[in-house]
Amino acid sequence: MNAIVLPRTSMWPRQLQRALLILVAVAFMLVFLLLPLAVVFTEALAKGAQTFVAAITQSEAWSSIRLTLLVAALVVPLNTVFGIAASWAMARFAFRGKALLGALIDLPFAVSPVIAGLIYVLLFGAQGWFGPWLDAHGVRIIFAVPGLVLASIFVTLPFVARELIPLMQAQGSEDEEAARVLGASGWQMFFRVTLPNIRWALLYGVLLCNARAMGEFGAVSVVSGHIRGLTTTMPLEVEMRYNEYDYAGAFAVASLLALLALLTLAIKSLLEWRYGDELAAHAPGSR
Amino acid sequence: MALAKQHRVLPGFGLSMGCTLVYVGLIVLLPLAALAWKASGIGVAGLLHLLATPRTQAALKLSFGGALAAALIDASFGLLVAWVLVRYRFPGRRLLDALVDLPFALPTAVAGIALTALYAPNGWLGQAFDAFGVRIAYTQLGVGIAMVFVGFPFVVRTLQPVLQSLDRDMEEAAESLGARSSQIFTRVVLPMLVPALLTGFALALARAVGEYGSVIFIAGNMPMRTEIAPLLIVQKLEQFDYAGAAALGVVMLGFSFAMLVALSLLQRWSRRWAEVSP
Repeated sequence: MNAIVLPRTSMWPRQLQRALLILVAVAFMLVFLLLPLAVVFTEALAKGAQTFVAAITQSEAWSSIRLTLLVAALVVPLNTVFGIAASWAMARFAFRGKALLGALIDLPFAVSPVIAGLIYVLLFGAQGWFGPWLDAHGVRIIFAVPGLVLASIFVTLPFVARELIPLMQAQGSEDEEAARVLGASGWQMFFRVTLPNIRWALLYGVLLCNARAMGEFGAVSVVSGHIRGLTTTMPLEVEMRYNEYDYAGAFAVASLLALLALLTLAIKSLLEWRYGDELAAHAPGSR
Repeated sequence: MALAKQHRVLPGFGLSMGCTLVYVGLIVLLPLAALAWKASGIGVAGLLHLLATPRTQAALKLSFGGALAAALIDASFGLLVAWVLVRYRFPGRRLLDALVDLPFALPTAVAGIALTALYAPNGWLGQAFDAFGVRIAYTQLGVGIAMVFVGFPFVVRTLQPVLQSLDRDMEEAAESLGARSSQIFTRVVLPMLVPALLTGFALALARAVGEYGSVIFIAGNMPMRTEIAPLLIVQKLEQFDYAGAAALGVVMLGFSFAMLVALSLLQRWSRRWAEVSP
């Protein structure tokens, strides 16, 4: 695969070969990753700071920000509690069907976000399983906030569990068994031994879960119905403005999301540098 | 389950397992059952008819073909970037390392409009390509670029830990026996990286196949040409063709499932390799 860059390297001094590889890698990342990021901020400010401020202080912008925060505030705690429970069961006990459960927990990562939205429409939509019953009782899930929350829960379900399971498996259960033998109650053991042992990995998982919950587009787009001011989260507001040719407005909201992404990356890198040993397997591909 | 309890001093199996099963059941299994049920509504004949539609075929071909090409590019450049990040020390390395995860952190809709603005005929890069008569935005090339973007971190992040734990003794032995550095790479290093490389490739592929947000803006969504399969699902939903949308969803899920199985097989293989090697 690297035949392109390593044809006759032995003829070259090591330094030159090294410099060339670094150059190609840096160039690829600048063009493919950094340029799109730069475009977001440039386009957001292309029509001046005043337009930018006006674009993000519009009432639609505010309601999309509020809705995004609300969805994340519901989704992240739920998936955090689930992640802790699932990793406790998966990493501390042997039971039949463990591999299957692990695959089910991983499944949302392998499913297209559009399908994540679709399955809830099929369940709660007008023609869905519970659609008629919900309709008769005046409950709206699809094209309303509960649908946004459900779709976001689905797509971010694996994040916390996937951080914790490999870490807890690697740590083993000696600490916890010792606490139990010394007379600690179950919850004492959990709060004084387990939680401190996994805190940084937990924070890491919560961070990624939050970033995805706030930035999710495909799944929420399917269940949202795009009702302005009511069911449009920030990514959906970006889409609607873009489709209305309000590019400055779209990129203004997009720049807020890009800032969130940068903040997430900064905290994530900080956690990796400082607590790398306590995070263990944090690579998305390593399970 | 009772057996597990007896042999352990650790508490909370019932509670944690109960919570996990209820949650996974409600959030994952029940909705997927609804999908299977709705999809079965169109029957085998309906499914075959759907798959025989030129527009469906074109969309599936673009989603899978584009994802395959994108994952190949990700694998090559991901290998290069992982190698550079692990083996070399240079100023800005940590910043570059943090930047790898940008496609994970950046919301897909933001990436989508940014890539479109960048590669549009009047964009920074689009202008340059336009001078050579190459159109990227609103073509299949644009779809591929968006797919490369979203899949890239998977390859790097799967390779990095493996590269880090690689024993350099073998490389040194090869060198002392007179191997050229290109030989060392292709004969010694690459074989040890293949399992992780394949895993990263599969992850990038699965992600690109299902990708929606970053693709639809740059694609332009012309039927038969730049329309991806997830978009077709959305359009069927908008026309209230729930059964058709569900059937297409099942077709795509089938592929994702195959990917997951292949992935776990690959991991088992790579793990076995890791145990065998010193």
